[in-house]
Amino acid sequence: MEAGLEQKYNFDVVRWFTIMAVVYLVVGASVGVYIASELAWPVLNLDSPYLSFGRLRPLHTNAVIFAFGGCTLMAAAFYTVQRTCGVRLWSDKMAWFVFWGWNAIILSAVITLPLGFTQSKEYAELEWPIDLAIAVVWLAFTFNFIMTIAKRKTSHIYVSNWFFLGMMVMITYLHVVNSLAIPVGLFKSYSIFSGVQDAMIQWWWGHNAVGFYLTAGFLGIMYYFVPKQANRPVYSYRLSVIHFWALMFGYVWLGAHHLQYTALPDWTGSLGAAVSIAMIIPSWGGAVNGMMTLSGAWDKLRTDYVLRFLVIALAFYAMSTFEGPVMALKTVNALSHYTDWTIGHVHSGALGWVAGVSIGALYHLMTRLFHTEIWSEKLVNVHFWAATIGTVVYIVAMWVSGIMQGLMWRAYDEYGTLAYTFVESVDAMHPYYAMRATGGAIFLLGAVIMLFNVLMTVGKAASQGSLAKARTVAATA
Amino acid sequence: MAENTSSKGFQDSMERNIWRLLIALAIVLSVGGLVEIVPLFYLKSAEESNKYPELVWNHDAPGSTPIVTVDDKGKEQWSWKPGDGVRPYTALELAGRDIFQREGCYLCHSQMVRPFRDEKERYGHYSLASESMFDHPFQWGSKRTGPDLARVGGKYSDEWHRDHLRAPRSVVPESVMPNYPWLDHAMVDGAIMQKHMNGMRAIGVPYSDADIEAAPELVAGKTELDAVVAYLQVLGTMAELKDDVVYRE
Repeated sequence: MEAGLEQKYNFDVVRWFTIMAVVYLVVGASVGVYIASELAWPVLNLDSPYLSFGRLRPLHTNAVIFAFGGCTLMAAAFYTVQRTCGVRLWSDKMAWFVFWGWNAIILSAVITLPLGFTQSKEYAELEWPIDLAIAVVWLAFTFNFIMTIAKRKTSHIYVSNWFFLGMMVMITYLHVVNSLAIPVGLFKSYSIFSGVQDAMIQWWWGHNAVGFYLTAGFLGIMYYFVPKQANRPVYSYRLSVIHFWALMFGYVWLGAHHLQYTALPDWTGSLGAAVSIAMIIPSWGGAVNGMMTLSGAWDKLRTDYVLRFLVIALAFYAMSTFEGPVMALKTVNALSHYTDWTIGHVHSGALGWVAGVSIGALYHLMTRLFHTEIWSEKLVNVHFWAATIGTVVYIVAMWVSGIMQGLMWRAYDEYGTLAYTFVESVDAMHPYYAMRATGGAIFLLGAVIMLFNVLMTVGKAASQGSLAKARTVAATA
Repeated sequence: MAENTSSKGFQDSMERNIWRLLIALAIVLSVGGLVEIVPLFYLKSAEESNKYPELVWNHDAPGSTPIVTVDDKGKEQWSWKPGDGVRPYTALELAGRDIFQREGCYLCHSQMVRPFRDEKERYGHYSLASESMFDHPFQWGSKRTGPDLARVGGKYSDEWHRDHLRAPRSVVPESVMPNYPWLDHAMVDGAIMQKHMNGMRAIGVPYSDADIEAAPELVAGKTELDAVVAYLQVLGTMAELKDDVVYRE
């Protein structure tokens, strides 16, 4: 144990973000399993407005992206920036403001979304007063991060921090522009944009919430936690420079691929698709850079379950960044758009990559922040298999149902008329929706095991007094 | 590793200076959005109504004529009929649209027919950008767990929609849509609809004063179910689209 860390750095706020991230993983995944079950067994809507699919689905997406993803990002960013800059956070007060502010926003989402307060823009549903709060808290998070880097002890800014910064700047752009709306009530507003312009702005936001929040931010996590856990330097510095700038420049263009063959002008959709295909290169560059960091240390995968999470996450990252460009091809998109294939793609990224790398980083953080080993390594391994199997079951179900939907909708019979009514395609989805809910439930089981393991680790640290010791050792050192 | 672990020149200066890195990022990150979004606001080809002004109702003097008012005898007086062109939503339709948003219908129903043979046969003429020019926000959707609704107007009777919204499986046994029994018991509030229409007008939707004045009378005694049905029944019926006209290249 390095002496003095507890004094030198603000780990308290990181500890709280870490614990809350695990709690929100369970919450977000539970809502996900519930709404997945509603699609398989609609009786579960229970004729209640507050439990109906249309109101709970935004709660699921907001909980996993902004509550789980957000707390993970904030824990990792605040931890990484302190460790790589060798200085304490610029402002402890501002860091606590970000913690309480962000959690208050999450609580307000949990209340307002089931009540039906929504701007109806996907992943940006929260109404205008909450949007204002998000802007304030996000800027406080960004400002504190930047000022910490500004007073760093090291000469160069570490690669993780570039990615975190890119995310912070881009999410500020996206959130501000996409949320521009005219309030017509305390919890009701209309987007100031309409029709085709609104669609383009929404998907510029929508895809970059994926590209920056869920990719750049979590690549920042990857670039710190993979080398740390593997105890090896990042494979290639040059590759990370290329990966970074290509991603920053390129990802911004991709949103238009969500609107191919719609009333968006053809050039915009095609441009989005073309850049999407080019993005395979930097994405795979990043995946290779992460994977090859393990070269010479592959044997660790047999014993280090945390490292397993990080590596399987990189494998899912490579897979979904290949699948994405394929789905952006116009001919593929004509089939895949509007189907479950998109949902499957999102989840191979979200469960496989984002959750995988987060879980790995969170377990790593637990040991560092509580100055003890994880309560049960075995349960980490059980979690690993539950997460991996659950994810695979989920995405396989969605591949089959998505492609089947696409094919049924365009199928013709021998008389040249449509072979299936729409509702026949709905009926055909039932087994796959049940299978998807099962996959989600397996994943959720893993998350619950993680929460248990994390809480037991906190308890173990308390009974051993390891955290208290770290604090006093440092104080007297 | 033999490889260099630091850069020279500009990259190195950015890695040493947070402000330089920030400025470089701010510029690099703005390019894609500017190129793809800004032209949509001024390129004439982005809205078909620039080439075919007749797609929009009352395009010579938007906001000069009320869409529908209520006369002394309590009868609705319409100056627009289906096919006359795209127009703002009436107070009742807008209330229905608000509920459509509130219930998250857009999460399972798209409103964007693509120019494919099967979609034409299943849903109708492909959707035009100008058809959603007054849609703040757009409702094109991204998923079809249920069918597209861009042209659902007029396809089913009001009564079918009522039954279907109350209990979808009573008319479509295989449906996975939730029941919406609460729509039957909630009333539309005229004063709130006036606020909503005023807000819409402030961001460019051409409502006349008379449209807004008439709102409370138009929604008096109407339930949320009535409003959703009115909204669904107008979808895709505003402009009359011709098969022999190429609206979009």
